[in-house]
Amino acid sequence: MSIILDHISYVYGEGTPLEVKALDDICLQIPDGQFVGIIGHTGSGKSTLVQHMNGLMRASAGHLYFNGEDIYDRDFCMKDLRGKVGLVFQYPEHQLFEIDVLSDVCFGPQNQGLTRQEAELKAFEALRRVGMPMELYYQSPFELSGGQKRRAAIAGVLAMDPQVLILDEPTAGLDPMGRIEILHQIKQLQQETGLTILLVSHSMEDVAEYVDRIIVMNKGKILFDDIPREVFSHYKELEEVGLAAPQVTYVLHALKDRGFDVDVNATTVEEAARTVERAVSGRT
Amino acid sequence: MGIVRTENLTFEYIRRDEEGNVEGITTAVDQVNLDIVQGEFIAILGHNGSGKSTLAKHINAILYPTEGTVWVDGMDTAEEAQIWNIRQTAGMVFQNPDNQIIGQVVEEDVGFGPENMGIPTREIWERVEESLKAVGMYEYRKHSPNKLSGGQKQRVSIAGVLAMHPKCIVLDEPTAMLDPKGRREVIRAVRGLNEVEGITVILITHYMEEIIHADRVFVMDSGKVAMEGTPREIFSQVEKLKSLRLDVPQVTLLAYELKKRGIELPDAILTTEELADALSAFSPAGKR
Repeated sequence: MSIILDHISYVYGEGTPLEVKALDDICLQIPDGQFVGIIGHTGSGKSTLVQHMNGLMRASAGHLYFNGEDIYDRDFCMKDLRGKVGLVFQYPEHQLFEIDVLSDVCFGPQNQGLTRQEAELKAFEALRRVGMPMELYYQSPFELSGGQKRRAAIAGVLAMDPQVLILDEPTAGLDPMGRIEILHQIKQLQQETGLTILLVSHSMEDVAEYVDRIIVMNKGKILFDDIPREVFSHYKELEEVGLAAPQVTYVLHALKDRGFDVDVNATTVEEAARTVERAVSGRT
Repeated sequence: MGIVRTENLTFEYIRRDEEGNVEGITTAVDQVNLDIVQGEFIAILGHNGSGKSTLAKHINAILYPTEGTVWVDGMDTAEEAQIWNIRQTAGMVFQNPDNQIIGQVVEEDVGFGPENMGIPTREIWERVEESLKAVGMYEYRKHSPNKLSGGQKQRVSIAGVLAMHPKCIVLDEPTAMLDPKGRREVIRAVRGLNEVEGITVILITHYMEEIIHADRVFVMDSGKVAMEGTPREIFSQVEKLKSLRLDVPQVTLLAYELKKRGIELPDAILTTEELADALSAFSPAGKR
Protein backbone atom coordinates (compact mmCIF):
# COMPACT_ATOMS: atom_id res chain seq x y z
CA MET A 1 0.00 0.00 0.00
CA SER A 2 1.54 3.25 -1.06
CA ILE A 3 1.50 6.10 -3.53
CA ILE A 4 3.78 5.77 -6.54
CA LEU A 5 4.36 8.55 -9.05
CA ASP A 6 5.84 7.20 -12.24
CA HIS A 7 7.27 9.85 -14.58
CA ILE A 8 4.52 12.36 -13.82
CA SER A 9 4.56 15.61 -15.79
CA TYR A 10 2.03 18.40 -15.81
CA VAL A 11 1.96 21.24 -18.31
CA TYR A 12 -0.18 24.37 -17.91
CA GLY A 13 -1.51 25.94 -21.08
CA GLU A 14 -0.14 23.22 -23.33
CA GLY A 15 0.33 24.40 -26.92
CA THR A 16 -0.02 28.10 -26.03
CA PRO A 17 2.76 30.69 -25.73
CA LEU A 18 2.20 30.63 -21.96
CA GLU A 19 3.08 26.95 -21.66
CA VAL A 20 4.66 26.17 -18.29
CA LYS A 21 5.93 22.82 -17.11
CA ALA A 22 4.69 22.75 -13.54
CA LEU A 23 5.82 19.17 -12.94
CA ASP A 24 8.64 17.68 -14.90
CA ASP A 25 9.08 13.92 -14.92
CA ILE A 26 8.50 13.29 -11.22
CA CYS A 27 9.19 9.81 -9.89
CA LEU A 28 8.67 9.07 -6.25
CA GLN A 29 7.17 6.60 -3.85
CA ILE A 30 5.48 7.35 -0.54
CA PRO A 31 5.16 4.31 1.70
CA ASP A 32 2.38 3.89 4.24
CA GLY A 33 2.67 5.69 7.53
CA GLN A 34 5.43 8.07 6.49
CA PHE A 35 5.41 11.73 7.55
CA VAL A 36 6.73 13.65 4.56
CA GLY A 37 7.49 17.36 4.26
CA ILE A 38 7.21 18.88 0.80
CA ILE A 39 9.16 22.12 0.58
CA GLY A 40 9.60 24.62 -2.20
CA HIS A 41 9.27 28.33 -2.87
CA THR A 42 6.09 29.83 -4.31
CA GLY A 43 5.60 28.44 -7.81
CA SER A 44 7.97 25.49 -7.39
CA GLY A 45 5.21 22.99 -8.12
CA LYS A 46 4.60 21.67 -4.62
CA SER A 47 0.88 22.40 -4.53
CA THR A 48 0.48 21.08 -8.08
CA LEU A 49 2.23 17.90 -6.97
CA VAL A 50 -0.08 17.20 -4.05
CA GLN A 51 -3.19 17.98 -6.07
CA HIS A 52 -2.26 15.09 -8.34
CA MET A 53 -2.26 12.70 -5.44
CA ASN A 54 -6.00 12.77 -4.93
CA GLY A 55 -6.81 13.13 -8.60
CA LEU A 56 -7.81 16.81 -8.50
CA MET A 57 -5.35 17.42 -11.31
CA ARG A 58 -4.63 14.93 -14.02
CA ALA A 59 -1.05 14.50 -15.21
CA SER A 60 -0.18 15.42 -18.79
CA ALA A 61 2.04 12.35 -18.88
CA GLY A 62 2.94 9.49 -16.57
CA HIS A 63 1.11 7.19 -14.19
CA LEU A 64 0.08 7.50 -10.58
CA TYR A 65 -0.58 4.37 -8.56
CA PHE A 66 -2.54 4.32 -5.35
CA ASN A 67 -2.35 1.01 -3.48
CA GLY A 68 -1.19 -0.67 -6.65
CA GLU A 69 -3.98 0.65 -8.87
CA ASP A 70 -3.38 3.11 -11.69
CA ILE A 71 -5.70 6.01 -10.90
CA TYR A 72 -5.87 6.98 -14.57
CA ASP A 73 -7.40 3.61 -15.44
CA ARG A 74 -10.84 3.90 -16.97
CA ASP A 75 -12.62 1.87 -14.32
CA PHE A 76 -10.77 3.45 -11.39
CA CYS A 77 -13.17 5.18 -9.01
CA MET A 78 -11.90 8.72 -8.40
CA LYS A 79 -14.57 9.34 -5.78
CA ASP A 80 -13.15 6.57 -3.61
CA LEU A 81 -9.66 7.96 -4.04
CA ARG A 82 -10.77 11.38 -2.76
CA GLY A 83 -12.14 9.72 0.35
CA LYS A 84 -8.87 7.90 0.91
CA VAL A 85 -6.54 10.79 0.18
CA GLY A 86 -7.76 13.80 2.15
CA LEU A 87 -6.52 17.19 1.06
CA VAL A 88 -6.61 20.21 3.38
CA PHE A 89 -6.09 23.36 1.34
CA GLN A 90 -4.35 26.59 2.31
CA TYR A 91 -6.46 28.71 4.62
CA PRO A 92 -9.01 25.87 4.93
CA GLU A 93 -11.03 27.91 7.42
CA HIS A 94 -12.42 29.85 4.45
CA GLN A 95 -14.32 26.70 3.57
CA LEU A 96 -16.18 26.40 6.86
CA PHE A 97 -19.86 27.10 6.30
CA GLU A 98 -22.18 25.17 8.63
CA ILE A 99 -24.11 26.53 11.60
CA ASP A 100 -22.00 24.69 14.17
CA VAL A 101 -18.62 22.99 14.26
CA LEU A 102 -20.03 19.47 14.52
CA SER A 103 -22.32 19.87 11.49
CA ASP A 104 -19.44 21.26 9.50
CA VAL A 105 -17.30 18.23 10.26
CA CYS A 106 -20.26 15.91 9.48
CA PHE A 107 -20.59 17.32 5.96
CA GLY A 108 -17.84 15.13 4.48
CA PRO A 109 -18.87 11.76 5.91
CA GLN A 110 -22.56 12.46 5.17
CA ASN A 111 -21.60 13.11 1.57
CA GLN A 112 -19.91 9.73 1.56
CA GLY A 113 -23.31 8.21 2.26
CA LEU A 114 -23.23 7.80 6.02
CA THR A 115 -26.30 8.59 8.10
CA ARG A 116 -26.22 11.65 10.34
CA GLN A 117 -25.65 9.42 13.36
CA GLU A 118 -22.73 7.56 11.82
CA ALA A 119 -21.31 10.84 10.58
CA GLU A 120 -21.55 12.36 14.06
CA LEU A 121 -19.55 9.49 15.51
CA LYS A 122 -16.84 10.09 12.93
CA ALA A 123 -16.99 13.82 13.59
CA PHE A 124 -16.63 13.42 17.36
CA GLU A 125 -13.62 11.18 16.84
CA ALA A 126 -12.04 13.59 14.33
CA LEU A 127 -12.58 16.64 16.55
CA ARG A 128 -11.05 14.82 19.49
CA ARG A 129 -8.03 13.88 17.38
CA VAL A 130 -7.35 17.49 16.38
CA GLY A 131 -7.62 18.61 19.99
CA MET A 132 -10.78 20.71 19.67
CA PRO A 133 -12.18 21.58 23.12
CA MET A 134 -15.51 19.78 23.61
CA GLU A 135 -17.41 22.94 24.60
CA LEU A 136 -16.86 24.35 21.11
CA TYR A 137 -18.53 21.49 19.20
CA TYR A 138 -21.89 23.27 19.05
CA GLN A 139 -20.53 26.78 18.50
CA SER A 140 -20.57 28.54 15.19
CA PRO A 141 -17.30 27.82 13.38
CA PHE A 142 -17.02 31.52 12.61
CA GLU A 143 -16.58 32.41 16.26
CA LEU A 144 -13.50 30.25 16.74
CA SER A 145 -9.96 31.60 16.90
CA GLY A 146 -7.66 31.23 13.88
CA GLY A 147 -6.02 28.08 15.19
CA GLN A 148 -9.33 26.53 16.21
CA LYS A 149 -10.91 27.22 12.81
CA ARG A 150 -8.02 25.48 11.17
CA ARG A 151 -8.46 22.48 13.48
CA ALA A 152 -12.14 22.33 12.60
CA ALA A 153 -11.26 22.32 8.91
CA ILE A 154 -8.68 19.56 9.35
CA ALA A 155 -11.22 17.53 11.36
CA GLY A 156 -13.64 17.87 8.44
CA VAL A 157 -11.22 15.97 6.24
CA LEU A 158 -10.18 13.49 8.95
CA ALA A 159 -13.82 12.53 9.53
CA MET A 160 -13.87 10.98 6.07
CA ASP A 161 -11.37 8.38 7.34
CA PRO A 162 -8.59 9.01 4.85
CA GLN A 163 -5.51 6.77 4.64
CA VAL A 164 -3.42 9.69 3.49
CA LEU A 165 -3.74 13.24 4.79
CA ILE A 166 -2.26 16.08 2.77
CA LEU A 167 -1.96 19.48 4.43
CA ASP A 168 -1.08 22.50 2.28
CA GLU A 169 0.58 25.15 4.48
CA PRO A 170 -1.38 24.29 7.62
CA THR A 171 0.40 26.91 9.72
CA ALA A 172 0.24 29.94 7.38
CA GLY A 173 -0.91 33.06 9.21
CA LEU A 174 -0.92 31.51 12.70
CA ASP A 175 1.02 32.98 15.60
CA PRO A 176 4.16 31.11 16.75
CA MET A 177 2.42 29.14 19.48
CA GLY A 178 -0.46 28.33 17.13
CA ARG A 179 2.06 26.95 14.64
CA ILE A 180 3.69 24.73 17.25
CA GLU A 181 0.34 23.50 18.57
CA ILE A 182 -0.96 22.51 15.15
CA LEU A 183 2.27 20.75 14.20
CA HIS A 184 2.39 18.85 17.51
CA GLN A 185 -1.20 17.79 17.00
CA ILE A 186 -0.46 16.55 13.48
CA LYS A 187 2.58 14.61 14.69
CA GLN A 188 0.55 13.04 17.48
CA LEU A 189 -2.21 12.16 15.04
CA GLN A 190 0.29 10.45 12.80
CA GLN A 191 1.82 8.48 15.66
CA GLU A 192 -1.55 7.38 17.03
CA THR A 193 -3.21 6.43 13.77
CA GLY A 194 -0.32 5.48 11.48
CA LEU A 195 -1.77 7.81 8.85
CA THR A 196 0.46 8.78 5.94
CA ILE A 197 0.91 12.55 6.13
CA LEU A 198 2.20 14.95 3.51
CA LEU A 199 2.89 18.42 4.82
CA VAL A 200 3.45 21.20 2.29
CA SER A 201 5.37 24.15 3.69
CA HIS A 202 8.01 26.71 2.92
CA SER A 203 9.28 26.90 6.44
CA MET A 204 12.16 24.53 7.07
CA GLU A 205 12.10 25.31 10.79
CA ASP A 206 8.52 24.10 10.93
CA VAL A 207 9.09 20.75 9.30
CA ALA A 208 12.59 19.95 10.61
CA GLU A 209 11.37 18.70 13.96
CA TYR A 210 8.47 16.64 12.79
CA VAL A 211 8.91 14.87 9.48
CA ASP A 212 10.67 11.63 8.54
CA ARG A 213 11.53 12.78 5.07
CA ILE A 214 11.76 16.01 3.09
CA ILE A 215 11.12 16.41 -0.61
CA VAL A 216 12.42 19.72 -1.96
CA MET A 217 10.75 20.92 -5.15
CA ASN A 218 12.27 23.40 -7.56
CA LYS A 219 11.03 24.36 -11.03
CA GLY A 220 8.77 21.33 -11.17
CA LYS A 221 11.51 18.86 -10.36
CA ILE A 222 12.63 17.10 -7.21
CA LEU A 223 15.82 18.77 -6.02
CA PHE A 224 16.38 16.73 -2.87
CA ASP A 225 14.55 13.79 -1.35
CA ASP A 226 16.04 12.59 1.90
CA ILE A 227 15.90 12.66 5.69
CA PRO A 228 15.95 16.22 7.11
CA ARG A 229 19.59 16.31 8.26
CA GLU A 230 20.81 15.23 4.83
CA VAL A 231 18.64 17.79 3.07
CA PHE A 232 19.81 20.63 5.32
CA SER A 233 23.44 19.75 4.68
CA HIS A 234 22.79 21.24 1.23
CA TYR A 235 21.95 24.59 2.82
CA LYS A 236 23.82 26.58 0.19
CA GLU A 237 21.88 24.99 -2.66
CA LEU A 238 18.66 25.53 -0.71
CA GLU A 239 19.42 29.24 -0.59
CA GLU A 240 20.03 29.36 -4.30
CA VAL A 241 16.48 28.15 -4.90
CA GLY A 242 14.97 30.71 -2.53
CA LEU A 243 14.71 28.52 0.54
CA ALA A 244 16.70 28.46 3.73
CA ALA A 245 17.85 25.85 6.20
CA PRO A 246 16.85 26.32 9.85
CA GLN A 247 18.85 29.08 11.61
CA VAL A 248 20.68 26.51 13.73
CA THR A 249 22.29 25.09 10.59
CA TYR A 250 23.94 28.45 9.94
CA VAL A 251 25.14 28.76 13.54
CA LEU A 252 26.68 25.30 13.44
CA HIS A 253 28.44 25.94 10.15
CA ALA A 254 29.79 29.26 11.46
CA LEU A 255 31.13 27.45 14.53
CA LYS A 256 32.62 24.67 12.45
CA ASP A 257 34.41 27.34 10.37
CA ARG A 258 35.89 28.71 13.57
CA GLY A 259 37.39 25.40 14.49
CA PHE A 260 34.72 23.96 16.78
CA ASP A 261 34.09 20.25 16.63
CA VAL A 262 30.29 20.44 16.21
CA ASP A 263 27.91 18.14 14.36
CA VAL A 264 26.70 20.43 11.58
CA ASN A 265 23.84 18.09 10.74
CA ALA A 266 21.84 18.79 13.90
CA THR A 267 18.46 20.10 12.77
CA THR A 268 16.61 21.10 15.95
CA VAL A 269 17.47 23.56 18.72
CA GLU A 270 17.68 20.66 21.15
CA GLU A 271 20.17 18.71 19.01
CA ALA A 272 22.19 21.83 18.29
CA ALA A 273 22.39 22.77 21.98
CA ARG A 274 23.70 19.27 22.75
CA THR A 275 26.45 19.31 20.13
CA VAL A 276 27.52 22.89 20.92
CA GLU A 277 27.63 22.13 24.63
CA ARG A 278 29.82 19.10 23.97
CA ALA A 279 32.15 21.05 21.68
CA VAL A 280 32.46 24.00 24.06
CA SER A 281 32.90 22.06 27.29
CA GLY A 282 35.41 19.77 25.61
CA ARG A 283 37.59 22.80 25.07
CA THR A 284 37.39 24.55 28.42
CA MET B 1 4.62 65.58 19.19
CA GLY B 2 5.46 62.24 17.53
CA ILE B 3 4.22 61.19 14.13
CA VAL B 4 1.76 58.75 15.68
CA ARG B 5 0.46 59.28 19.19
CA THR B 6 -2.38 57.57 21.00
CA GLU B 7 -3.83 58.49 24.33
CA ASN B 8 -5.90 55.91 26.22
CA LEU B 9 -6.93 54.40 22.90
CA THR B 10 -9.75 51.94 23.46
CA PHE B 11 -11.78 50.14 20.83
CA GLU B 12 -14.85 48.09 21.65
CA TYR B 13 -17.20 46.28 19.38
CA ILE B 14 -20.55 44.70 20.06
CA ARG B 15 -20.91 41.01 19.36
CA ARG B 16 -24.31 40.00 18.07
CA ASP B 17 -25.92 36.62 17.52
CA GLU B 18 -27.70 35.60 14.32
CA GLU B 19 -30.91 37.46 15.21
CA GLY B 20 -28.90 40.60 15.91
CA ASN B 21 -29.29 40.47 19.67
CA VAL B 22 -26.37 41.80 21.64
CA GLU B 23 -24.27 38.98 23.06
CA GLY B 24 -21.59 41.03 24.67
CA ILE B 25 -18.91 43.61 24.16
CA THR B 26 -15.35 42.81 23.22
CA THR B 27 -12.59 45.24 24.01
CA ALA B 28 -10.13 44.70 21.18
CA VAL B 29 -7.82 47.56 22.13
CA ASP B 30 -7.65 48.56 25.75
CA GLN B 31 -6.12 51.84 26.98
CA VAL B 32 -3.12 51.95 24.69
CA ASN B 33 -0.69 54.85 24.88
CA LEU B 34 1.89 55.12 22.12
CA ASP B 35 4.23 57.89 21.09
CA ILE B 36 6.12 57.10 17.92
CA VAL B 37 8.82 59.48 16.74
CA GLN B 38 9.27 60.35 13.04
CA GLY B 39 11.82 57.99 11.50
CA GLU B 40 11.48 55.18 14.01
CA PHE B 41 11.19 51.50 13.02
CA ILE B 42 8.51 50.06 15.26
CA ALA B 43 7.53 46.39 15.41
CA ILE B 44 4.29 45.17 16.89
CA LEU B 45 4.03 41.54 17.97
CA GLY B 46 1.15 39.63 19.46
CA HIS B 47 -0.70 36.35 19.03
CA ASN B 48 -3.79 35.95 16.83
CA GLY B 49 -6.56 37.99 18.39
CA SER B 50 -4.29 40.13 20.58
CA GLY B 51 -5.56 43.36 19.03
CA LYS B 52 -2.52 44.33 16.98
CA SER B 53 -4.34 44.63 13.64
CA THR B 54 -7.18 46.55 15.26
CA LEU B 55 -4.63 48.93 16.69
CA ALA B 56 -2.97 49.34 13.28
CA LYS B 57 -6.27 50.16 11.59
CA HIS B 58 -6.64 53.16 13.89
CA ILE B 59 -3.46 54.68 12.52
CA ASN B 60 -4.92 55.40 9.13
CA ALA B 61 -8.47 56.02 10.23
CA ILE B 62 -10.05 52.78 9.06
CA LEU B 63 -11.31 52.43 12.62
CA TYR B 64 -12.02 55.19 15.14
CA PRO B 65 -11.45 54.92 18.86
CA THR B 66 -14.39 54.16 21.13
CA GLU B 67 -12.50 56.08 23.81
CA GLY B 68 -9.29 58.05 23.75
CA THR B 69 -7.61 59.82 20.87
CA VAL B 70 -5.24 59.01 18.01
CA TRP B 71 -3.14 61.74 16.40
CA VAL B 72 -1.32 61.19 13.15
CA ASP B 73 1.17 63.98 12.52
CA GLY B 74 -0.87 66.14 14.86
CA MET B 75 -4.21 65.38 13.18
CA ASP B 76 -6.97 63.84 15.29
CA THR B 77 -8.26 60.79 13.37
CA ALA B 78 -11.78 61.37 14.73
CA GLU B 79 -12.07 64.56 12.66
CA GLU B 80 -13.65 63.50 9.43
CA ALA B 81 -12.38 66.52 7.52
CA GLN B 82 -8.82 65.30 8.00
CA ILE B 83 -9.35 61.73 6.82
CA TRP B 84 -7.65 62.07 3.41
CA ASN B 85 -4.69 63.92 4.87
CA ILE B 86 -4.34 61.22 7.50
CA ARG B 87 -4.41 58.43 4.95
CA GLN B 88 -1.78 60.17 2.86
CA THR B 89 0.42 60.66 5.89
CA ALA B 90 0.11 57.07 7.12
CA GLY B 91 -0.11 54.51 4.32
CA MET B 92 -1.08 50.93 4.95
CA VAL B 93 0.02 47.61 3.41
CA PHE B 94 -1.99 44.47 4.12
CA GLN B 95 -1.29 40.76 4.27
CA ASN B 96 -2.57 39.53 0.93
CA PRO B 97 -0.92 41.20 -2.07
CA ASP B 98 -3.67 39.96 -4.39
CA ASN B 99 -6.24 42.11 -2.58
CA GLN B 100 -4.28 45.32 -3.00
CA ILE B 101 -3.22 45.38 -6.61
CA ILE B 102 -5.70 46.78 -9.11
CA GLY B 103 -3.64 47.96 -12.09
CA GLN B 104 -3.09 45.91 -15.25
CA VAL B 105 0.52 47.05 -15.43
CA VAL B 106 2.85 47.52 -12.48
CA GLU B 107 3.50 51.22 -13.09
CA GLU B 108 -0.22 51.98 -13.46
CA ASP B 109 -0.92 50.29 -10.17
CA VAL B 110 1.72 52.35 -8.41
CA GLY B 111 0.38 55.53 -10.03
CA PHE B 112 -3.17 54.92 -8.78
CA GLY B 113 -2.60 56.55 -5.38
CA PRO B 114 -1.02 59.82 -6.54
CA GLU B 115 -3.51 60.04 -9.42
CA ASN B 116 -6.36 59.92 -6.91
CA MET B 117 -4.69 62.72 -5.02
CA GLY B 118 -4.82 64.94 -8.10
CA ILE B 119 -1.07 65.10 -8.63
CA PRO B 120 -0.03 66.50 -12.07
CA THR B 121 0.71 63.74 -14.58
CA ARG B 122 4.40 64.48 -14.96
CA GLU B 123 4.93 64.32 -11.22
CA ILE B 124 2.96 61.06 -11.01
CA TRP B 125 5.46 59.43 -13.36
CA GLU B 126 8.36 60.79 -11.34
CA ARG B 127 6.84 59.39 -8.17
CA VAL B 128 6.14 56.01 -9.80
CA GLU B 129 9.73 55.78 -10.95
CA GLU B 130 11.29 56.69 -7.62
CA SER B 131 8.90 54.42 -5.66
CA LEU B 132 9.57 51.41 -7.85
CA LYS B 133 13.31 52.04 -7.61
CA ALA B 134 13.08 52.29 -3.81
CA VAL B 135 11.61 48.78 -3.55
CA GLY B 136 13.79 47.33 -6.30
CA MET B 137 10.94 46.72 -8.77
CA TYR B 138 11.74 49.33 -11.44
CA GLU B 139 12.75 46.77 -14.03
CA TYR B 140 9.29 45.20 -13.73
CA ARG B 141 7.41 48.47 -14.36
CA LYS B 142 5.91 47.26 -17.65
CA HIS B 143 4.98 43.79 -16.33
CA SER B 144 1.54 42.54 -15.47
CA PRO B 145 1.21 42.27 -11.66
CA ASN B 146 -0.42 38.85 -11.81
CA LYS B 147 2.73 37.34 -13.28
CA LEU B 148 4.86 38.42 -10.32
CA SER B 149 5.83 36.33 -7.31
CA GLY B 150 4.22 37.05 -3.93
CA GLY B 151 7.24 38.97 -2.67
CA GLN B 152 7.36 41.06 -5.84
CA LYS B 153 3.63 41.83 -5.65
CA GLN B 154 4.00 42.87 -2.05
CA ARG B 155 6.85 45.22 -3.01
CA VAL B 156 4.60 46.72 -5.70
CA SER B 157 1.95 47.28 -3.01
CA ILE B 158 4.55 49.05 -0.90
CA ALA B 159 5.61 51.19 -3.89
CA GLY B 160 1.95 52.13 -4.37
CA VAL B 161 1.83 53.47 -0.84
CA LEU B 162 5.23 55.10 -1.21
CA ALA B 163 4.12 57.05 -4.29
CA MET B 164 1.71 58.97 -2.06
CA HIS B 165 4.75 60.28 -0.15
CA PRO B 166 3.63 59.17 3.30
CA LYS B 167 5.58 60.01 6.41
CA CYS B 168 4.65 56.70 7.92
CA ILE B 169 3.88 53.21 6.57
CA VAL B 170 1.93 50.63 8.55
CA LEU B 171 2.47 47.05 7.37
CA ASP B 172 0.04 44.45 8.71
CA GLU B 173 1.72 41.05 8.37
CA PRO B 174 3.10 41.83 4.91
CA THR B 175 5.07 38.58 4.75
CA ALA B 176 2.56 36.09 6.15
CA MET B 177 1.79 34.59 2.75
CA LEU B 178 5.31 34.67 1.31
CA ASP B 179 8.10 32.12 1.04
CA PRO B 180 11.49 32.74 2.71
CA LYS B 181 12.94 34.56 -0.31
CA GLY B 182 9.86 36.77 -0.70
CA ARG B 183 10.00 37.57 3.00
CA ARG B 184 13.63 38.60 2.77
CA GLU B 185 12.94 40.84 -0.24
CA VAL B 186 10.05 42.61 1.45
CA ILE B 187 11.86 43.13 4.74
CA ARG B 188 14.92 44.44 2.92
CA ALA B 189 12.73 46.92 1.02
CA VAL B 190 11.03 48.03 4.23
CA ARG B 191 14.34 48.54 6.02
CA GLY B 192 15.58 50.57 3.05
CA LEU B 193 12.58 52.91 3.26
CA ASN B 194 13.24 53.43 6.92
CA GLU B 195 17.01 53.88 6.77
CA VAL B 196 17.38 55.68 3.44
CA GLU B 197 14.13 57.62 3.09
CA GLY B 198 13.61 58.14 6.80
CA ILE B 199 10.02 56.94 6.67
CA THR B 200 8.49 55.82 9.95
CA VAL B 201 7.74 52.09 9.74
CA ILE B 202 5.23 50.24 11.87
CA LEU B 203 5.61 46.53 11.13
CA ILE B 204 3.18 43.95 12.44
CA THR B 205 4.42 40.39 12.12
CA HIS B 206 4.46 36.86 13.46
CA TYR B 207 7.99 36.23 12.33
CA MET B 208 10.44 36.98 15.10
CA GLU B 209 13.50 37.17 12.81
CA GLU B 210 11.99 40.14 10.99
CA ILE B 211 12.01 42.52 13.91
CA ILE B 212 15.60 42.27 15.13
CA HIS B 213 16.41 45.54 13.34
CA ALA B 214 13.52 47.48 14.87
CA ASP B 215 14.19 50.43 17.15
CA ARG B 216 11.36 49.54 19.47
CA VAL B 217 9.06 46.55 19.86
CA PHE B 218 5.58 46.51 21.34
CA VAL B 219 4.03 43.20 22.34
CA MET B 220 0.24 43.18 22.50
CA ASP B 221 -1.90 40.87 24.61
CA SER B 222 -5.67 41.10 25.08
CA GLY B 223 -5.71 44.61 23.66
CA LYS B 224 -3.03 45.99 25.95
CA VAL B 225 0.66 46.66 25.47
CA ALA B 226 2.15 43.80 27.48
CA MET B 227 5.83 44.45 26.74
CA GLU B 228 7.81 47.31 25.28
CA GLY B 229 11.51 47.65 24.57
CA THR B 230 14.34 47.13 22.11
CA PRO B 231 14.44 43.75 20.33
CA ARG B 232 17.23 42.71 22.68
CA GLU B 233 15.24 43.62 25.78
CA ILE B 234 12.19 41.80 24.46
CA PHE B 235 14.00 38.67 23.31
CA SER B 236 15.86 38.32 26.60
CA GLN B 237 12.50 37.33 28.12
CA VAL B 238 12.05 33.96 26.46
CA GLU B 239 9.61 32.53 29.01
CA LYS B 240 7.43 35.63 29.10
CA LEU B 241 7.18 35.66 25.29
CA LYS B 242 6.20 32.01 25.29
CA SER B 243 3.47 32.72 27.82
CA LEU B 244 2.17 35.34 25.37
CA ARG B 245 2.04 32.64 22.64
CA LEU B 246 5.08 34.10 20.91
CA ASP B 247 8.56 32.88 20.27
CA VAL B 248 12.11 34.11 19.81
CA PRO B 249 14.32 33.63 16.73
CA GLN B 250 15.79 30.12 16.63
CA VAL B 251 19.31 31.41 17.22
CA THR B 252 18.15 33.33 20.33
CA LEU B 253 16.50 30.16 21.60
CA LEU B 254 19.67 28.17 21.01
CA ALA B 255 21.71 30.72 23.00
CA TYR B 256 19.09 30.58 25.76
CA GLU B 257 19.28 26.77 25.88
CA LEU B 258 23.08 26.92 26.05
CA LYS B 259 22.90 29.40 28.90
CA LYS B 260 20.58 27.06 30.77
CA ARG B 261 23.27 24.40 30.34
CA GLY B 262 25.77 26.60 32.10
CA ILE B 263 27.57 28.17 29.14
CA GLU B 264 28.07 31.84 29.87
CA LEU B 265 26.69 33.94 27.04
CA PRO B 266 25.33 37.48 26.88
CA ASP B 267 21.55 37.96 27.12
CA ALA B 268 19.39 37.92 24.01
CA ILE B 269 21.64 37.07 21.11
CA LEU B 270 19.88 38.11 17.92
CA THR B 271 21.96 36.93 14.97
CA THR B 272 23.97 33.93 13.88
CA GLU B 273 27.20 35.98 13.84
CA GLU B 274 26.64 37.23 17.37
CA LEU B 275 26.29 33.70 18.69
CA ALA B 276 29.31 32.42 16.77
CA ASP B 277 31.37 35.39 18.03
CA ALA B 278 30.25 34.90 21.61
CA LEU B 279 31.06 31.20 21.49
CA SER B 280 34.45 31.88 19.92
CA ALA B 281 35.53 33.06 23.38
CA PHE B 282 35.40 29.42 24.41
CA SER B 283 37.86 28.37 21.76
CA PRO B 284 41.31 28.36 23.46
CA ALA B 285 43.24 29.25 20.33
CA GLY B 286 40.51 31.65 19.17
CA LYS B 287 41.52 30.69 15.67
CA ARG B 288 39.26 30.53 12.67
